[in-house]
Amino acid sequence: MLTLVDETTGTPAGHGVVLDVTELGSGAPVVVLHGSEGAEADYEFLKTLADERRVIAPSHPGFGLSPRPDWCTSVEDLSYLYLDWLDRIDAHDVTLVGLQFGGWLAAEIAVRRSPRISRLVLVDAVGIKVGSRGDRDIADVFAMSRTDLDARQHAVPETAPGDLSLAPREQVLHIARNEEALALYGWEPYLHNPRLRRWLDRIDVPTLVLWGEADGIVSPEYGRRYAEAIPGARFGLVPGAAHRAQIDQPYEIAARIRDFSA
Amino acid sequence: MQFWHFSETPYPDLPPEPEFDSIRVTLPNRVLDPALAARLWDRYLAEWQVADDAGLNVMLNEHHSTATCMDPAGPVVAGALARLTKQARILLLGNPVANRKDPVRIAEEMALVDLLSHGRLDVGFVRGVPYEVSAVNSNPVRMNERMWEAIDLIHKAWTTHDGPFNWEGEFFTHRQVNIWPRPLQQPAPPMWVTSTSTGGAARVADAGHVLATFLTGYEGTRKVFQAYRDRRLATGGELPADDRFAYAALVYTGRTDEEGLEGARKLMWYISSNKVPSQFVLPPGYIPYAQRAAGLAGQSSPYDFHTKTLDELIADGIVFAGSPATVRGQIERFYERVGGFGHLLLMGQAGHMDHEETVAGIRAFAEHVKPGLEHLLPAAAPVGV
Repeated sequence: MLTLVDETTGTPAGHGVVLDVTELGSGAPVVVLHGSEGAEADYEFLKTLADERRVIAPSHPGFGLSPRPDWCTSVEDLSYLYLDWLDRIDAHDVTLVGLQFGGWLAAEIAVRRSPRISRLVLVDAVGIKVGSRGDRDIADVFAMSRTDLDARQHAVPETAPGDLSLAPREQVLHIARNEEALALYGWEPYLHNPRLRRWLDRIDVPTLVLWGEADGIVSPEYGRRYAEAIPGARFGLVPGAAHRAQIDQPYEIAARIRDFSA
Repeated sequence: MQFWHFSETPYPDLPPEPEFDSIRVTLPNRVLDPALAARLWDRYLAEWQVADDAGLNVMLNEHHSTATCMDPAGPVVAGALARLTKQARILLLGNPVANRKDPVRIAEEMALVDLLSHGRLDVGFVRGVPYEVSAVNSNPVRMNERMWEAIDLIHKAWTTHDGPFNWEGEFFTHRQVNIWPRPLQQPAPPMWVTSTSTGGAARVADAGHVLATFLTGYEGTRKVFQAYRDRRLATGGELPADDRFAYAALVYTGRTDEEGLEGARKLMWYISSNKVPSQFVLPPGYIPYAQRAAGLAGQSSPYDFHTKTLDELIADGIVFAGSPATVRGQIERFYERVGGFGHLLLMGQAGHMDHEETVAGIRAFAEHVKPGLEHLLPAAAPVGV
C-alpha cells in the first residue's frame, strides 16, 4: 500500500480534501494538472518547467498520494475543487496546464472561468466528443494490453512503464491507484463530457493546444477539433511524442509553454 | 441439504485457442453458428428438466459477451424454466446487479418469474465478473456499493404495497416505484448473494441472505462461511443454520471412480477454456488497488486454476468426482471442513460433455449420492418456504 498524505503531510484544499502537491521553482505560477500517469511520472517535465516558473502540481484526489473523499466522484467535483483552491492559495496570473485527463479537467475549469487564470495549455487532452456516435474518438485504455497501451502513449519506448513485473513495486502501486481513479472519473461517458464541447467557446483566455504527433489514444485530428472549438486557440504538433507528450518530450513541451506564457 | 443442477450453457465449438485472444469480450460472434446455438439451448433446457424429474433443484446464471455462457438474460431463461420444470426450485445466481442499469426492472422480472413458477424462485445477486465490465459498460469502481444499493431498492420494490415510493440514491434514481405484479412468495423470494471475501460475507450476514461461494475450495470456503457466522454472533444473532450457506463445485458422478473422473476431465473445460487477457481480468477498481498491482506485476491469483491438475482440484475441494460412494465421501468431508453448509450447487456440464453424459451424471448423483447425504440436513425445507 502507498502511504497517502494527511492533514499534516499534505496540503488542505477545503471541503475535507487534502492534496499531495509538488511545488518547484519560482516566478509566474504554472498549475499543472496531470493525467493518468500521475504527477510523479511527470517529474522531468515539471522540473524543466520550474527553471523559470513556479510550478504547482497537485495530485487529484484518488491519484498519486492524495486521498479521495467519498463524495468526490466526478470531473465536475474536481473542477470546483480546483477553482476554490486557486482562491484559497490566492494565485494570480496563473497559466493552467492540463495533461491528457488533466486536460479535460483544465478545460472544464476554464469554461467555468476564474479571474485567476490568464492562460490555458492543453496537452493531448481528452474530454470532448468530436466524431459520430459510431466513432471511437478515444482509444479504450481499459480494453487493451499493457504493450499496446505503452505504444499508444509513449513514442519514446524507454519512457514507458514497460513490463510491470520488472518495474519497482511503488511504481506499480501508483499505476494501479491512478488507473482506478481514472476509471472512477472517466468510465462513462468514456473519458469525455458530452456537453463540454458546446461550452468551450466560453474560454476567454489565450489557449495553446499541444499534441503528440504519434498520439495513439486521441489523434492529432481530435486535437485540431478541440482547438477549433476554443476561441483563438493555437494548435501545435510535437514531433517524437505520443499521448504522454510531456514524458516523451519534456524539454520541448516545457519550452513551448514558457514561450507561450512569456 | 439442497442440491442444484447448474449449467453455464456454454458454446464450446470454438476455433483452436491460439487463433483468438480472448474467449470473453472480444471473440467475434461470427464464430457462433446460430442453428447450433439453438440446438444447444434445447439440450441445456432438457438437462434442467432431467434434474427436476430426478428430484434436484435447478440453477442458472448470466454472463455477457462470452462463449462460456450463452445466457446474457437470466430472467428470460428463468421464465422458461418456470414453465418447463415442475417441482424444482429455480435459482438465478445471479442477477449481476452492479452491471444492470435498472434495479426496478430486475424486481419486476423476478416478481414475474416467481408468479410463473408458482413461488419456486430463489433470487441470487452477484456483483458481476471483472471480464464483463467492459462488455456491459459498467464502472468497475465502487461496484460493491452499487450492488448493495440495487439490492436494497429491489427488496423495497418487492415489499412496498401501499403505493409508489421514490428512490434518490447515490447510484440509482427512480420515481413512482410501484411494481406490478408483485412476487407470489411473501414478503419476498429467498435472496442469495455471492462473496469470496470475509468483508463481503459479513455484509451478507447482516442482511441474513444465503451466502454462496464458487470454487473456493476448503480453505477459502471455510473462511468466508466463518466470517458470516462470526458476524452473526458478534451482532447479537444466533449461529446461522446450514441453509444460509451454499457452495458451487464441479461435480461428476459415474458408476465407477474412473467413469466419474472421466466426466470430471470434461468439466475441466470450464477451467481450461478461460483464455482472457489481463486487461479484462484486472480492470481497475474491481479489486483493491494494491491487490491489482500485485496482479499487474505478474503474481497469480489464488483462484487461477489453470495450472492445477484434476487430482489437485479434487484435493482442494473444487471438484467432487468419482463413484457415488467417492463423491458422497468428498461432500461429507467438505461439509465437515467448512463447518457445514446447506446447498450444493453442482456444475454438472461444461464444454464438450454431451447430453447423454450430462444426464447420466445428473441421474447418478440424484439416485445414488443424494439419498446418502440427506442426513446432513434432514429437516431442511427449501429456503424461504
